[in-house]
Amino acid sequence: MKKIITLTFILFTTYAFSQNKNTKTTIEVDGVCFMCKHRIEKAAIKTKGVKTAVWNISTHKLELIYNQQKTDLKTIQSNIANSGHDTKLIKAKAENYNAIDPCCKYRDEQVVKNHEKN
Amino acid sequence: MKFIYYFIILIPSLTFGQNLLTGKVYEKNQNNTSIPIQSANIYWLNTNIGTITDSEGQFKIPYQKKHTKLVISYIGYKTDTLTINTPKYLRHELFSNNDLDAVSISTQKKSTQKSYLSATNILNISSDELLKAACCNLSESFETNPSIDVNFTDAVSGTRQIKLLGLTSPYILIATENIPSIRGASQAYGLSFIPGTWVESIQLTKGAGSVINGFESFSGQINVELQKPRANEKLFINAYASGAGRYELNTHINHNINPHWDTGFYIHGNLRSQEFDKNNDSFLDVPLAKQINILNRWQYTNAKKGLVSFMNLRYLNDEKQSGQIQFNPNTQTQLWQSDINTERIEFSGKLGYVNPEITYQTMGLQLSYSHHNQNSVFGLRDYNIIQNSIYSNLIYNTIISDTRHKIKTGITFTYDDYNELVETTKYSRTERSIGGFAEYHYDNLDNLNLTLGARIDTNNLLGTFITPRLHLRYTPWGKAAIKASVGRSKRSANIFAENQKYFASSRTLNILNSEGNIYGLDPEIAWNYGLSFLQGFQLFNRNADVAIDLYRTDFNNQVVVDAENPIELNFYNLNGQSYANSLQLELNFKPLKRIDVRVAYKYYDVKTQYQSGIQQAPLTPSQRFFSNIAYETVLKNNKQWKFDITLNWLNQQRLPNTNLSPLQFQKPNLTPTVTTLNAQITKVFSKNFEIYIGGENITNLKQNNPIINPDNAFGSNFDTTFVYGPIFGSMYYTGLRFKIK
Repeated sequence: MKKIITLTFILFTTYAFSQNKNTKTTIEVDGVCFMCKHRIEKAAIKTKGVKTAVWNISTHKLELIYNQQKTDLKTIQSNIANSGHDTKLIKAKAENYNAIDPCCKYRDEQVVKNHEKN
Repeated sequence: MKFIYYFIILIPSLTFGQNLLTGKVYEKNQNNTSIPIQSANIYWLNTNIGTITDSEGQFKIPYQKKHTKLVISYIGYKTDTLTINTPKYLRHELFSNNDLDAVSISTQKKSTQKSYLSATNILNISSDELLKAACCNLSESFETNPSIDVNFTDAVSGTRQIKLLGLTSPYILIATENIPSIRGASQAYGLSFIPGTWVESIQLTKGAGSVINGFESFSGQINVELQKPRANEKLFINAYASGAGRYELNTHINHNINPHWDTGFYIHGNLRSQEFDKNNDSFLDVPLAKQINILNRWQYTNAKKGLVSFMNLRYLNDEKQSGQIQFNPNTQTQLWQSDINTERIEFSGKLGYVNPEITYQTMGLQLSYSHHNQNSVFGLRDYNIIQNSIYSNLIYNTIISDTRHKIKTGITFTYDDYNELVETTKYSRTERSIGGFAEYHYDNLDNLNLTLGARIDTNNLLGTFITPRLHLRYTPWGKAAIKASVGRSKRSANIFAENQKYFASSRTLNILNSEGNIYGLDPEIAWNYGLSFLQGFQLFNRNADVAIDLYRTDFNNQVVVDAENPIELNFYNLNGQSYANSLQLELNFKPLKRIDVRVAYKYYDVKTQYQSGIQQAPLTPSQRFFSNIAYETVLKNNKQWKFDITLNWLNQQRLPNTNLSPLQFQKPNLTPTVTTLNAQITKVFSKNFEIYIGGENITNLKQNNPIINPDNAFGSNFDTTFVYGPIFGSMYYTGLRFKIK
């Protein structure tokens, strides 16, 4: 049992080291609900080079792991902005923002308040 | 003069200065630079005085000497309470709260949920649903669920058998926390060895299911999640008593040792000591029983290192006694009695690791050992079985390119050693199997996902074989899901352990083949095909859904259990076709805000080629109607009423052929229809205490003469296996639950 655990750890660490072209970071993306989460994560993951994207509804933080050789934060953020969500770096264009569902209008204080109530 | 002027200006500014507390709230990023937090809440404890921070993280809040506790909070961060003695400029760093990863949804969640998203046809049954039928163990947990058919208890063992897609429980892979647990020797009574209060939730998968847990699931998988020491109440007590003389006591004690370690003791005892023979057939209607069942769990959690581990130790001792309480001296010289004693010791452990840096890489190791020893007597027949089992499964999860493409892979090792004594014949066999599996999961994050899996196993008795499985889900339009599945399964039938009820008859047991590896028989192999459609819609302005399930299990080989000759029970390899087709229509809706209605209709076509011809499986109704209505009052001051009522209707069932019996022992080909009604009322008095009362089979339906030839229990026509309805009649129960968080 102990041996297996040790072996597992060794395997994992070597694997993690070999993947140093991957970088892990967190960026802030504005949104309010589960639909936003789905849209944000989808926009991020569909960016070539992004391995995983998990957005937290309450903290607005998007955890990313991506391949630095294939993409950069700017590309990812611009794809997210194109889906209609503001990032720290790039704000969504009005046309993209208008296209998202009414319940996702995170710039509208009333919508945000409604979600908080829930 | 100037001095006075200054003085007048200074005093108010000084007082103003004293009346305001200013400060800044920030967090540190990975580069250790401070980032202001906007819209953080600042307020004095137990007051209405509060404010929020601006875009620079700055805030101003009125200050008075009597206010000393300042609360700073922000969603997703740990809330801090600071002691303020002087109104100095404050710089405060907030730390993110990682526990918030799981966001709770507060819309009314249904207690049984079908998944619109998963590729497998999976049904999650939460503990709320399990409380709807309070009694008592896992075999009785499916009463409010139409997908599982629960049969009526036979007079000898008193336990209930379940069916899924028209096939009996040996064809279902039943796992506890994803470790296959109710199999082999424990197949017949194993469900009654898991007390209902231990169960946290049940995941029911229809169709072949995932390859990860093995190759044995023919009609589906049932996974039982047990209570977790970390999440469960500090103390939980459940007591139950029924008019059928059944008493149960469950005690859970959970203890948090330190931030990483939690432990829990789950102690179950039940007793049935009252003798009932309401139908005067000289046999007990329900067996006498005694069970002690102790589980000790250890849970280790270390979020920083990404480790979760469970260790379980369990001891079980179960005794069932049944049979005659008086005998006819003209035909018998002694009582026909049955004793079933079981002892089981189990150790299992799980270790899960999530790579904290690369969160999509996880690893899981499952290990389990069990020793099962059943000693039993059925009249003049002895049946003993000892099974020693080892199970280990190592699972590795990762992705290809990104999280739309997930891969699970791993290796499984199992060891089963069986020693049986059947009347005077000894059987022993050892099965060793090692296998590797890989499962690819694709999700286009929109309307399609699929799970494609395969495993290769080498088993010393079953040979080397491949088990492929495919599950697919497609959403053609909103709130709909079409699911399709196909998969192959294989297993060795433990013919005696699984068909123990036939020991309580005068039938001679015959195995008609001798070339195979398992009791002379061949392994069972089947393909399962499934198609299901789920559509959500609005009815009475509330969410409703309708589901259609169509499944077919097609046997390449089956060990046919043939009871068509009343004095024999024959086991033989299938020669011809055997299949189980099932259709289920289910509608869930809310006619009023607090009322949940579930209606289901089921149709079965289960046929097997017997020696006497192709026939519908015995004691399997071709149609079933099910309805469950649940009502809850508004929760006020933690007080609430809950009402639950379940109606079941079963179409006629075919009885095994009795044409060869003497006329007085012959049975009709078909049984009457069976309708049962169960109801339960729960009164919640507070967060800590609730009481329930309920009734099973309220209309007092009874099967008359369930036993054939009880007057001559050692004679050639004695048979207890023709039970198609309730023997006992209506039964009422009451119980309480007490818990401390």
